Amino acid sequence: MSLEPVRRIESRLAVLPAEDIDTDQIIPARFLTTTERRGLGRHCFADWRYDGSGRERPDFPLNRPEQRGAGVLLAGRNFGCGSSREHAPWALLDAGIRVLISTRIADIFRNNALKNGLLAIEVGADAWTAIAAFAGQSIAVDLERERIELPDGQCIGFSIERFARQCLLRGVDQLGYLLAEEAAIRAFESARVA
Amino acid sequence: MNHPAPGQRPRTIIDKIWDAHLVRAESEDAPAILYIDLHLLHEVTSPQAFAELRARGLRVRRPDRTLVTLDHSTPTLPAGADGRPPFANPAAAEQVAALERHCAEFGLELHGFGSGTRGVVHVMGPELGATQPGMTIVCGDSHTATHGAFGALAFGIGTTEVGHVLATQCLLQRRPRTMAVTVDGRLRPGVTAKDLILHIIGVLGVDGGTGHVIEYRGEAVRALSMEQRMTLCNMSIEAGARAGLVAPDETTVEWLRGRPRVPAGADFERAAKDWLAWASDPGARYDREVRIDAARVEPTITWGTNPGQVMAVDACVPEPASDAQARRALDYMGFRCGRPALGSRVDVVFIGSCTNGRLSDLREAAALLRGRRIAPHVRMLVVPGSEQVKRAAEAEGLDRVFTAAGAEWREPGCSMCIAMNGDQVAPGQLAVSTSNRNFEGRQGPGARTVLASPATAAACAVAGVIADPRSIPILEEQAA
Ligand code: SF4
Repeated sequence: MSLEPVRRIESRLAVLPAEDIDTDQIIPARFLTTTERRGLGRHCFADWRYDGSGRERPDFPLNRPEQRGAGVLLAGRNFGCGSSREHAPWALLDAGIRVLISTRIADIFRNNALKNGLLAIEVGADAWTAIAAFAGQSIAVDLERERIELPDGQCIGFSIERFARQCLLRGVDQLGYLLAEEAAIRAFESARVA
Repeated sequence: MNHPAPGQRPRTIIDKIWDAHLVRAESEDAPAILYIDLHLLHEVTSPQAFAELRARGLRVRRPDRTLVTLDHSTPTLPAGADGRPPFANPAAAEQVAALERHCAEFGLELHGFGSGTRGVVHVMGPELGATQPGMTIVCGDSHTATHGAFGALAFGIGTTEVGHVLATQCLLQRRPRTMAVTVDGRLRPGVTAKDLILHIIGVLGVDGGTGHVIEYRGEAVRALSMEQRMTLCNMSIEAGARAGLVAPDETTVEWLRGRPRVPAGADFERAAKDWLAWASDPGARYDREVRIDAARVEPTITWGTNPGQVMAVDACVPEPASDAQARRALDYMGFRCGRPALGSRVDVVFIGSCTNGRLSDLREAAALLRGRRIAPHVRMLVVPGSEQVKRAAEAEGLDRVFTAAGAEWREPGCSMCIAMNGDQVAPGQLAVSTSNRNFEGRQGPGARTVLASPATAAACAVAGVIADPRSIPILEEQAA
């Protein structure tokens, strides 16, 4: 799948301070029977966003007027722990989230996110607090320069694994990259059998 | 070839498997291209990958290295007259049907309905002998680490990567960091592998293993059976680790002997010699080392909503101090800090999953249930991990022990572990479960989950409350 290149994102910031937000919260398992990538946005954080009768819970941060429609989500430590379901980044993207920032991001989630053009960024605890102060305001995330630009002029640096970053900046198709290695793969296979 | 050459630095089993599967080594600019020996598929994380293949006109590169089963959205009730089980909803039925179609279209070996070998993907692979030491194994499922019990590097991947492996048999990966978790001494009687891994996750924390592959080692690990090692490795992801494994030894070799997919006769002996050579070299260095004292592990349960929030079954729920996170978890679970969990009313008991759905687990639960009835208000579901486990359990009469005790005996599948096939816990109910995740709503919206070993779960079913499996005779009197 080729992706649109991602360079710079400017959007409203939402903050979910809870730690260890697992993939079952991001997209509960009962919505995983889909055979599509799209359409999961309305179920994103379903059990936190809606009450038992399907009404929005006004106290859930993403339901508050000033954080609604945010494209950048700042979340507590160890975001995305749990299952390998790629439905988690699909749901976030479908809900309009394009950047996820946390002090620690679970391995498989980060991998899945970056492969789908969802920027998954780790920052230090102090930077986290500095960013959180701007909940509901627009902030910029510049992948080219690897920095987060806050409304008061502060810049916070980050780093994304180099290959993933290049793929995002150029919209590289990773499967295409692997397919181009067919000769090396075949050589590896024949060397092992021999 | 897996012994260090003179002058070569000693390597861990993780390094050895990594090095042996490099189609291309990594550089600063690009991850390694890692060859995958075995790819396991199930219905939930594969449809979008097949769609991608079809859109590009690609085939599955190595169908012979691809094994497929149906487990997650698959019902655990028996099939109807049409040979199909009663699906929870049309979407689940369509997801299973889609995988059946994809297998036919792409020429893949499906262990589906009526195959006699269908099962939870991580129970089935080892049973068939498809899981072998030294392999790289992946699946679109985070509990793929289960296969690490055999000394394989086995880890979960997302659906995009499922597509990569289907099309190229390779993955783009950075070398993981290594961690040794050494368990000294012996587990005490009545303490199981499930208790050990819950204890370890409690020590490491739910993100303590991030970026690492764990090698479990030490006397207590060596003493575990293969089934117990699978339980141990299974929950590595619950500590955030990319994978967990145990080096192969004679226990591994003997377990694999005679399995359908392993070589026979002299070839087996040769394979066994190769397998044993994967073990870490003496003196190999790890990025991190943690030691655990086996004698201090008690029957362990969770009190919160992540698998690191653990306590000895007979202890008091710990004081979370000022931690808002832990307080929220306690609120959700309805436990009170400083009070014992023992005696809390239990509504549902689930025995099954890739953590504890194997024959030895069912035996462990049945031992406590034999000649007893579960408490009248408890619903107990026993779901064998595979069709093979089901047959073996029935051959020794375990199904009758469960049904006589008042439990439901089901067809194999993931069932209440992920609650997407219709088997679920009602809002507010407390479930004691042998599965691996106690996240909010994991077993159904509003469901509250206590993770435990099969013995503890069975004890809770009999007592109708959270109970210590070591005190079963006393609990039996209470239940009567
Ligand atoms: S039993 Fe549970 S953890 Fe295991 S594969 Fe099924 S859903 Fe995943």
